[in-house]
Amino acid sequence: MLTSMKLKKNIATSEAGFIFNPGTGDSFSVNSIGSEILAMFKENKSLQEVIESISLRYEVEKSQLEKDLEDFVSQLYGYNLLEK
Amino acid sequence: MQKLVVAVTALNAIDSPGPGIAVIRAIRECEGFDVRIIGLAYESLEPGIYMHDVVDKTYQIPYPSAGTDALFARLLHINNIEHINVLIPNFDAELFNFIRIGENLRKIGISTFLPTQEEFEARDKVNLSKFGKKHNFNIPPDRVIFHIGETAKIAEKFSFPLVVKGKYYDAIISNTLEEAEKAFYKLQAKWGLPIIIQKFIPGTEFNIALLGDGKGNAISIIPMRKLYITDKGKAWAGITIENPVLIEIAERFVKATKWQGGCELEIMMSTDGNPYIMEVNPRFPAWIYLTAVAGQNQPASLVKLALGQKVAPFRKYEVGKVFVRYSWDLIIDISEFQEISGTGEL
Repeated sequence: MLTSMKLKKNIATSEAGFIFNPGTGDSFSVNSIGSEILAMFKENKSLQEVIESISLRYEVEKSQLEKDLEDFVSQLYGYNLLEK
Repeated sequence: MQKLVVAVTALNAIDSPGPGIAVIRAIRECEGFDVRIIGLAYESLEPGIYMHDVVDKTYQIPYPSAGTDALFARLLHINNIEHINVLIPNFDAELFNFIRIGENLRKIGISTFLPTQEEFEARDKVNLSKFGKKHNFNIPPDRVIFHIGETAKIAEKFSFPLVVKGKYYDAIISNTLEEAEKAFYKLQAKWGLPIIIQKFIPGTEFNIALLGDGKGNAISIIPMRKLYITDKGKAWAGITIENPVLIEIAERFVKATKWQGGCELEIMMSTDGNPYIMEVNPRFPAWIYLTAVAGQNQPASLVKLALGQKVAPFRKYEVGKVFVRYSWDLIIDISEFQEISGTGEL
């Protein structure tokens, strides 16, 4: 959980939760929490730091958060948005 | 200053639109151009005929099947009135005739900027496989057939799904032999023989609009991803993208063919990451206006090249520019319809 996730350099994101991959033309939208997580990834925060930051501000079971974050990250990988 | 007179075909801004209106829009927006646009139409209900702020005057021209003599005679008549500087044909089916009369047009002062007959034929659907082998491009394996009986044998070799393609237009994905044979008859009735059966390549489709200078240099390359596709497979929305693999394939295409003029490459990026050229359309696509707003005005550059001016290759364009097409009911008086139908001019 110490690993930091890196969005690919060319991926554009907006505060409104819009993600655009200029290499493929794919676009996605995420909700406000997804958007916050992406912003933290952009700052090279580790997964542990992301979990801590989200836990502080939202009422959520840590185990649930870890599972959801894992799903989210695997989706980002699946859509080719994260550096391998 | 005398106006630059540019004649353009494909004014059919319909659900499967011709590129004419987009070409004109890009030319009109080019700084330093003062143009008079002459529309050349085949049918009296092509919407561009009635778009008077886009097209200054329209003349009907004979269908490609009437041959080059009839086409040249009509253009000679139009040119005596309009003194055309540059002519841009935009339909696949008419290009062969325009290429053939290119020299005669030049003699009467009309410049074109078209591929040679050899280039035009080499990239034809029926020759595409050979073209790929010659120039080292990935092309989906295909067979050109004249008899429906050959379908089963090919299906066995390529396995399903298969893409059954018409000689000029249309492609039908078939999942069974029955579907493939039905597609064969449908396309044969519409476009005649031969029929092309192509191996289906799963992946993501991209389109590239390009302009070649005829000497092997790409003046402009703009890749686009379709965001919304109509039931006819046409882009109703699309976005400019930045993809070095697509740029490289387009550069290699222009260099290998010394392509002169506008062109659209249809590329399938296979799921294992290999780009396949699915089709080479020998003219600008209907979404060509996007190249102008992205910073590389291909139609205006083609006009300059046709006039013998030097155009430096573009290096940059805006990524993430989106077009969204829309339809609009243009209201006209019956007198206009009568005039174009009766006199062939409006």
